[in-house]
Amino acid sequence: MDMNQYLEMFIEESKEHLQAINENLLELEKEPKSLDIVNVVFRSAHTLKGMAATMGFENMAHLTHEMENALDLMRNGKLAVTSNVMDVLFGCVDILEGQLSEIIESGTDSTNDIKPTVDQLKALVSGKPMAPPAAAAAPGTSSAAAEATDSEENIGIEFNEYESTILQQSRERGYNAYKIVVRLSEACLLRAARAYMVFDAYERIGEIIKSEPRVEDLEEEKFDREFMLILLTESDVEAVRNTGLNISEVADVSITQVNISTNEKAVEQAAQQVAAAVAAPIAMVENDHHEATSPATRTAQSQDNKKMQLGKSVRVDIDRLDVLINLFSELVIDRTRLESIASELGNQDLIETVEHMSRISTDLQSIVMTIRMVPVETVFNRFPRMVRDLARDLNKKVEFIIRGQETELDRTVIDEIGDPLVHLLRNSIDHGLELPEVRKQKGKDATGRVELVAFHSGNHVFIEISDDGNGIDREKILKKAIEKGVIDAATGDSLPDAQVYDLLFHSGFSTADKISDVSGRGVGLDVVKTKIETLGGRVLVQSTLGKGTKFSIQLPLTLSIIDAMLVQIADEKYAIPLTSIIETAIIRKSDIKRVHKQAVMDFRGRVVPILYLEDVFNIPRSEALDLEEENVVIVRKGDKMAALVVDSFIGQQQVVLKSLGKYLTGSVFAISGSTILGDGQVALIMDCNALIH
Amino acid sequence: MLEHKDTVEEIKVIVFRLNDEEYGVEVSQVRSIEKMQNITRVPRTPEFVKGVINLRGVVTPIVNLKTRFNLGEEQYTDATRIIIVAVEDMEVGLIVDAANDVIDIPVNTIEQPPAVVGGIKATYLRGVAKLNDRLLIMLNLDKVLSPEEIQAMSSMER
Repeated sequence: MDMNQYLEMFIEESKEHLQAINENLLELEKEPKSLDIVNVVFRSAHTLKGMAATMGFENMAHLTHEMENALDLMRNGKLAVTSNVMDVLFGCVDILEGQLSEIIESGTDSTNDIKPTVDQLKALVSGKPMAPPAAAAAPGTSSAAAEATDSEENIGIEFNEYESTILQQSRERGYNAYKIVVRLSEACLLRAARAYMVFDAYERIGEIIKSEPRVEDLEEEKFDREFMLILLTESDVEAVRNTGLNISEVADVSITQVNISTNEKAVEQAAQQVAAAVAAPIAMVENDHHEATSPATRTAQSQDNKKMQLGKSVRVDIDRLDVLINLFSELVIDRTRLESIASELGNQDLIETVEHMSRISTDLQSIVMTIRMVPVETVFNRFPRMVRDLARDLNKKVEFIIRGQETELDRTVIDEIGDPLVHLLRNSIDHGLELPEVRKQKGKDATGRVELVAFHSGNHVFIEISDDGNGIDREKILKKAIEKGVIDAATGDSLPDAQVYDLLFHSGFSTADKISDVSGRGVGLDVVKTKIETLGGRVLVQSTLGKGTKFSIQLPLTLSIIDAMLVQIADEKYAIPLTSIIETAIIRKSDIKRVHKQAVMDFRGRVVPILYLEDVFNIPRSEALDLEEENVVIVRKGDKMAALVVDSFIGQQQVVLKSLGKYLTGSVFAISGSTILGDGQVALIMDCNALIH
Repeated sequence: MLEHKDTVEEIKVIVFRLNDEEYGVEVSQVRSIEKMQNITRVPRTPEFVKGVINLRGVVTPIVNLKTRFNLGEEQYTDATRIIIVAVEDMEVGLIVDAANDVIDIPVNTIEQPPAVVGGIKATYLRGVAKLNDRLLIMLNLDKVLSPEEIQAMSSMER
């Protein structure tokens, strides 16, 4: 599976999480006693761990896991927030940032050495005496600094394999390698241009194999006054210095000879690898000059490719999209109004123009809407890999089934839904499914089944994660909850199952017997619940002991334009979302039966309750209506149905979803919002889910 | 006018009428004053919530102040107005019998309200301003339009 399409998302999210960790650690330093902050940092680290593991960045996942261990002790009050602890944590963040920028550049997190920091974290967790502060600081600052201590001859720059090889080979050929630090004068305005001139001048006398900052950053003037470059040349130090100083506005050029005798073996090895990698040794022998540069240009090319891939899409601020959609909504209202005016006036030219405009705006509308709508596939696709890796780590056999990945959700929801789903899937596989041997003993198939299903229903999108594992052990949860003091023993027994399952979402609650890399600290589910609720959704748990568990996430469709059926009851007009409607029908009054005072009708062999909207909404009526037949709209919620009785159907129409205003939002029964009709009047939009119990 | 400001702080107030009493809300809280128009009823809300209107593309809830304070039957005349007020970022329209005056009142003329004024509890009032021969009841819109209040009321209705 191609992970590339998620890399960008991963990078963006990781950046946010690292930023959050950094900020919160700073807060924590100010208020060392605040457990809330520790919790926030912990959650960020936890999420980061999950994401890194999903993407296959093991070093990152490993480091965050160790970090989490330390943080877990902190929030349980077993580890005090001392300056030493904070140093190590900040060191972790630095390394993570380094790893992330490496992932952005080269797609791997493997080169940074995490061992010293991991050891420090382990020391913290096990409560052993701390490493001396000096040693603690070194790996913390950056991996480059850590390597600098290995060799005195190193000049504090990290060379990758290609670069080391080039350095090595060029030295054998009598080239000199210089580290040149160029400082521009304070008066220099066009720094990027000057940097270019410096590069240009040096490239005439040799080859630049590395620069810091990178060339792209230099071109974008992302540097202060100084930049560094590594030059391979036959010229001597003086000539090199003069070349630099001859360029105007260069204040100073300092030159150090680069000695690369470090770790010959490793370099040689690397050289072999490079030689092997460059299968067709392009111009290796014919041209000395080229030989030295070809690997360098290759890396440059591959970097360019990466850059281009990232450049294909444009990230747009979601607020701007909201403005666009709001403006467009206004246009749709006017369009409807124009259509009715045109048909009233009957002017042929006007009608044609309006029709044309309608067509264009319909196209425009579908584009505007699709900008925001993304199939859940973009989130779901990264799961199979994660599930496989997880199953392998846990020695479990899992058959992973995804259905409904074409279901579309608003972009804002998509962005947020990834983390909770990761948590729930991990939870299902780690806690839900049993080991193959246990399953066999129970007479189940050794391979467990985990299903991830998405579907639309009414105004909502449902995402369900179900497994055929052991189910939730009610007694175990109760015991744990009582142990943790979440509930007291007396109330425990009388709690209904649903409420017992709800305890799983309690902060700091976990039924796993031992902490695993996967889940088991009870952070997951509490984060899941908070996240889903901030999205305006709900999480439900259904479980049968021994048979399996199902988590259902109900999310609102944050669409702002929907297809609706307009109906009239007495003098009032209501809009019913088309997504809720199965069909409309006309039934004879004599076909209406009563079951326990509830009016019902027969709909294709099913007994469907009849709701009189007139009564549900207390709609005033001046004259009583006495008809032989009733108009009904049959709506559904999941697999439940209801027949809504209305006076007449006005027709199907696209309506723009508007809130009822902050004053009323959330307090009105069975009304999800409103819309403005072509005549300027407001019609209410029914929430059929609330009508069906 | 300006000279007065140097001595006493003044606030600009929109004066409206419910029955025969005069009330005031600060101009800074008023977005616009609209003529009476067709209101779409919102079912199963407290009686004082008359419904919603289309206010230039924004669906705005409408409250009848007389019903809100149990000040008698609503009677719509040509003078009836809807005052659109904003409390924080929430906009609500208030139906009043008439709104036709903007005056400056010195802050120091506003006195603490007695427990009940014209049937309105003191919690909903900011104070009473005495101006020559006029008595102006200043409303505390934050309290009158608090969302907790409507939620409590609508759950009672059900």
